[in-house]
Amino acid sequence: MAYAAGVDVGSTQTKAVIIDEAGTIVGRSLGDTGANVVRAAETAYETALAEAGLGEREVEYVIGTGYGRYRVTFGNTQVTEISCHGRGAVHMFPNTRTVVDMGGQDTKAIRVAPTGEIVDFCMNDKCAAGTGRFLGAASMALDIPLPDLGPTALRSTKPVRISTTCTVFAESEVLAWLGKGKKIEDILWGVHQSIAVRSVGLLRRVGIEDEVTFTGGVSRNAGMVKALEDKLGTKLNISEESHYMGALGAALFARDHIFAGREPRASQPSQEVSA
Amino acid sequence: MTIVAGIDVGSTYTKAVLTDEHGTRLSHALRPTGFRLGEVADKTFAECLDIAGLSRADVNYVVATGYGRHQVAFRDVHVTDLTAAARGTLRYFPATRTVLDVGGQTMKASRLDADGKVRSFRLNDKCAAGTGAFLEKTARYMGYDTPEIAALLGTSKEPVPISGVCAVFAESEVINHLSLGTAPADIMQGAIQSLVGRAVQLLKRVRAEPEYTLIGGILRFPTMARAVQEKLGKPVNVPGAGGDGENMQFISAEGAAVLGHKRLAKLRAEGTRPGERAQVHA
Repeated sequence: MAYAAGVDVGSTQTKAVIIDEAGTIVGRSLGDTGANVVRAAETAYETALAEAGLGEREVEYVIGTGYGRYRVTFGNTQVTEISCHGRGAVHMFPNTRTVVDMGGQDTKAIRVAPTGEIVDFCMNDKCAAGTGRFLGAASMALDIPLPDLGPTALRSTKPVRISTTCTVFAESEVLAWLGKGKKIEDILWGVHQSIAVRSVGLLRRVGIEDEVTFTGGVSRNAGMVKALEDKLGTKLNISEESHYMGALGAALFARDHIFAGREPRASQPSQEVSA
Repeated sequence: MTIVAGIDVGSTYTKAVLTDEHGTRLSHALRPTGFRLGEVADKTFAECLDIAGLSRADVNYVVATGYGRHQVAFRDVHVTDLTAAARGTLRYFPATRTVLDVGGQTMKASRLDADGKVRSFRLNDKCAAGTGAFLEKTARYMGYDTPEIAALLGTSKEPVPISGVCAVFAESEVINHLSLGTAPADIMQGAIQSLVGRAVQLLKRVRAEPEYTLIGGILRFPTMARAVQEKLGKPVNVPGAGGDGENMQFISAEGAAVLGHKRLAKLRAEGTRPGERAQVHA
């Protein structure tokens, strides 16, 4: 059996996934990226190997992705996270045409062809507004752990309208609303809505086509899912593995390489290679 | 004696001054704004009165300015921060044609005409990267508090470039620099230079003319004025540079008070009592 691995070094968290020849995930791991990016990648990979019960030699090809992909020193090559998220999303939901990937510091809107090929993409490259960091700021300001943000926001009855764009200023705005006696759930729902509005703006720039798949760490937040679905007027595909989608995409490209014996390219759909 | 109070409720600090009819400052006070704007204005004003040994009844007129000016319940009138800043600046540097005001959450550039009226202005209040908050965040990523920034900057030898596109993204940049062994002082000065880059862009958009005067809380960091001067290639006036370092944060509050005295004099000349007039306007 040949195994392939993908390591996604994100701005906030590092994910690693190991798949078998059938494309089934046999090991995965998730950890904070922190300051030592090289170490974070190594640790993520070692943990995923341990979970899969595999040794390094049994993995034939490793691809690094994410903002720290060039720090995956043990990787055979790198693929951008745009390609990987597109690839992972189409693998999980073959009818995916639009992907919204929301991570710790960036949000990406990706349009994919039926083959999984990237048609267009758009991301916030200048500013952290409308990304997971906005939720992080609210979590800090309100002293509510990240996993509780969504469920709390969903209890809102009278949402507050968040007017600031900048994540840094949003922290003060959240406190200001708290000072005015607004309920935490109403402030939080406002925060979710504000992020959804910005993300939908990004999605419109690439064109929204059904089905839409939501990937990245923030896709585990039920409040964000609801806020996006409300603004888009459509249901979102969310995989159990949505947090690992970039790493999975990288692993799928790595598997292509094993089968084809050549450098993977995003423009070459896996179906042809691996069928 | 006619006493006018100027209260400047800024995004980060609230400043209050009491002045007499000659424009002499009787007292001043400063507090972090927080998020109860009305309350902080009231407390800062009360502190100012205490220092001067006066009561509320001794104050003839209260002028509010700054982003929280509408929250100052006891005001007689309010003026925009740009007008107050221009008026306050001219007290110190009458030949000023361009004012750059950098505060905690805003950066404002305005061009004045020969009469001191604001002719053109540009604001950045949407993004922290162009404001004091950018410096505070950068310092915090390295484990320093705001009061420690000035001393830290003093030791910078070779600033490193900080892109300054986003105060949040700067965190990764700062961490990268630290892991490469860059001195925190050089990162901090790099952040100052990036802020100055933004300031100069804003100045260009108002078609800035000399003399240039720099005001606002950012002046607590002395290297800021020097960096602006270098980047502009022109001399820059800094209130308080002559020694009274406490002046710099009170320019707009003082400007508000100056406008208050003028208005009061006009109302008196018309024979209107200020209280009546204020109610008419309310």
